[in-house]
Amino acid sequence: MKIIVAIKQVPERDAHIRIDSSGKWIEESDVQYAMNESDAYALEEALQLREKHSGEVIVVSAGPERVGTTIREALAKGADRAIHIDCNDLNQRDALGVARLIADAIRPDNADLILTGLQSDDLGYGQTGVILAELLGVPHATLILHVEKTDAGLKVKRELEAGFFQEIELPLPAALTIQSGGNKLRYATLMGIKKAKTKEMRVVTAAALDGAPVAVLDGIAHPKKQRSTQIIPGDAKQAAATLVEKLKFEARIL
Amino acid sequence: MSGICVVLEERDGRIGRISWEALAAGKLLAAQSGQPVSAVVIGASTESIANEAATKAVNNVIRVEHPLLAHYTSDGYTIALHQLIEKESPTAVVFPHTYQVRDFAPALAARMNEVLIGDVVAIGEGPVFTRQLLQGRLAGNYRHQGSGPCFVSVQAGAFRADAIESGSAEATNFTPTIDAAQIRTEPGEPFRGSAQTVDLGSAPLIVSVGRGIKEADNLPIVQELATALGAELAASRPICDNGWLPMERQVGSSGQTVSPKLYLAVGISGAIQHLVGMKGSQCIVAINKDPDAPIFEVADYGIVGDLFEVVPALTEAIKAAKG
Ligand SMILES: Cc1cc2nc3c(=O)[nH]c(=O)nc-3n(C[C@H](O)[C@H](O)[C@H](O)COP(=O)(O)OP(=O)(O)OC[C@H]3O[C@@H](n4cnc5c(N)ncnc54)[C@H](O)[C@@H]3O)c2cc1C
Ligand SMILES: Nc1ncnc2c1ncn2[C@@H]1O[C@H](COP(=O)(O)O)[C@@H](O)[C@H]1O
Repeated sequence: MKIIVAIKQVPERDAHIRIDSSGKWIEESDVQYAMNESDAYALEEALQLREKHSGEVIVVSAGPERVGTTIREALAKGADRAIHIDCNDLNQRDALGVARLIADAIRPDNADLILTGLQSDDLGYGQTGVILAELLGVPHATLILHVEKTDAGLKVKRELEAGFFQEIELPLPAALTIQSGGNKLRYATLMGIKKAKTKEMRVVTAAALDGAPVAVLDGIAHPKKQRSTQIIPGDAKQAAATLVEKLKFEARIL
Repeated sequence: MSGICVVLEERDGRIGRISWEALAAGKLLAAQSGQPVSAVVIGASTESIANEAATKAVNNVIRVEHPLLAHYTSDGYTIALHQLIEKESPTAVVFPHTYQVRDFAPALAARMNEVLIGDVVAIGEGPVFTRQLLQGRLAGNYRHQGSGPCFVSVQAGAFRADAIESGSAEATNFTPTIDAAQIRTEPGEPFRGSAQTVDLGSAPLIVSVGRGIKEADNLPIVQELATALGAELAASRPICDNGWLPMERQVGSSGQTVSPKLYLAVGISGAIQHLVGMKGSQCIVAINKDPDAPIFEVADYGIVGDLFEVVPALTEAIKAAKG
C-alpha cells in the first residue's frame, strides 16, 4: 500500500502566544513548534499499515523552512520519504487553498490511501482531509480510530458523538482523517534519527496565491471575556485554604 | 442569489438542539440583510422533522427526500444538497457544527469552489464570522468573499435556540437525483463503546485531570485530592488517549457529559470539546498555570498556579476542613 500522510507543524501547546504587529497572526519568533497531535496518530496508523501490508509511507507538509524539523521527525519514526511544500503565507490561505497545494503535490504519486489528522491545533479548520478527498475524487471517512485492510478496500472505525462508534467500508483509493487515541504512538529510535538524514525530502515551491481566498482571515484577537471568574490570590497554601472556605460558605458544596 | 438556507439535523427522531442554534444564527444573518430563511431537512422520510421545523418562524421548510438518504453518507448528502443549493441559489447556507456536518460540508463547499467557515461562535455586522483559533486561546475574524453562497457552521452553545419565535411555515419537497453507484461508502449501525462501569453522570463531585499533569506517574496527586473530597476522578481526552486512565473516565464531546455539584479541573486548558461535557456543572473550579487558559471562561473559582504545588496544598486543606 502506498500511503500519504499530511502532517502540519503547529505551535507547541505551552507556547506563549502574542499577536503580531499585523494583527493577523501570532508572533512566530516567540514560539516553539511541534507535529500536530492528530497527525502523529495518522502517521502511526500509516506505519502500522505498512508493517502489516508492506508498501511505502510518504509524508507531506506545507509550510516555511522550519517545518523541515517536523518532517525529519516523521522520517525518523519510519516514513520512507517526504515532500515539503515550501510556503510562507499559509495563514493567508484558506482550507481550500492549502488542500489544493497538497493535492497538486501528491497527485503524481497516485497513492492508495491518504491520511490526515482530523484537525489542526492552530487554525483548527478540521477540513483539509475532506477537501483533499473531494479534489482528488476519492471517497473519505472522518474521525477514524482504526483502519483495517479488506479484500474490497478498507473497514474503518469512526467515532461518533457521545460515546458511539460506527464501522464504515470503503474502496481504495480513499482519504481518511484520523482522530487521536486509536494507537499508541512510537518514539523515534537513535537509529531512526540517523537514517532520517539520508532519506529523500523533495522540496516543491508553493504556487503563488492567485487572488484572495474565499474565507479571509481579517484579524485575530484575544477572546472576549464573558464570565467573571473569582481568581483566588495568594501562594498555593493560602489559595487552597481560601478556596476551601469559599466552597464551604459561599458555594455551600463541602 | 437570495435567501438563507439552514440545514437542520435529526437527533433521535427530533431536530437536535444545536440545529435550532444554527437556525438562530441563520435568522441573525437574514435580519442583517433582510432576507428570507428556509429550513432544510434531509433524509428518506422527513415528515415528522419537517413538521417540527414548520412550527418555527421560518419562511418555508424544504424536504430533501430520497430513498438513498435513509442512512447518512457523505456522498449522498453532498450530492443532494449540492443540487438543492444550485436550484435555490441562497446567499448563505448555515449548518450546526456536528460530526456529521464536519464529514461532508467541507466537500460540499469545495465542490462549489467555496470554503466552509466552520465552528463559528459569533456573527457580527458585515457579516464577520468569529471562530476560535489555537484551541480557544485566540479568536479569528473571517469574511466571506467568494462568488457563490457563504457556507457557515456554528459551534454548540454559541447561539440562542430559545430566541426563535414560533410560526407556521409551508413545506415543499425537493427530490434530488442520486444513483446508488455514486455512494462509495457503506456505513454500519452506530454502536456503543465497551460497557461503562463508572457513571460520572450522576457523581456529585468530580476531580478532572488534564495534560498539565505531564506524566502518568504524577496521577496519584490528583487521585489523593479526589479521595480527600470523596470525588470521582475524570480526565480530558489526551489522558485517556495515552491510556493513563480508562476511556470511560473521559469528559467531553466524545466522552461523558457531566453536571456535578463541583467540577474541579486540574491542568485542563478548556478546549470546546471538553467544555461541552462539563459546562453544566453547578460550580466549576479551575487550577491552571496559564491565566489566559479558556477554562477560566467557564470557571466560578480559579487558582492561577502550578498544580504540583496547589493540588497537594488543597488536599491538605480539605483533609483539615473535614477534620
Ligand atoms: C472531534 C474532537 C473531539 C474531541 N473530544 C474530546 C473530549 O471528549 N474530551 C476532551 O477533553 N477533549 C476532546 N478533544 C480534544 C480537545 O480539543 C483538547 O485537545 C483537549 O481537551 C485538551 O486536553 P487538556 O486540556 O488536558 O490539554 P492541553 O490543552 O494541553 O492543556 C493543558 C493545560 O495544563 C496547563 N498546565 C500545564 N502545566 C501545568 C502545571 N504545572 N500547573 C497547572 N497547569 C498546568 C496548561 O496551561 C494548559 O492549559 C476532542 C477534539 C476533537 C477535535
Ligand atoms: N500546511 C499543512 N501541511 C500538511 N498537512 C496539513 C497542513 N494543513 C493541514 N494539514 C492536514 O490537514 C489536517 C486538518 O487540518 P485543518 O483542516 O487545518 O484542521 C491536519 O491535521 C493535517 O493532517
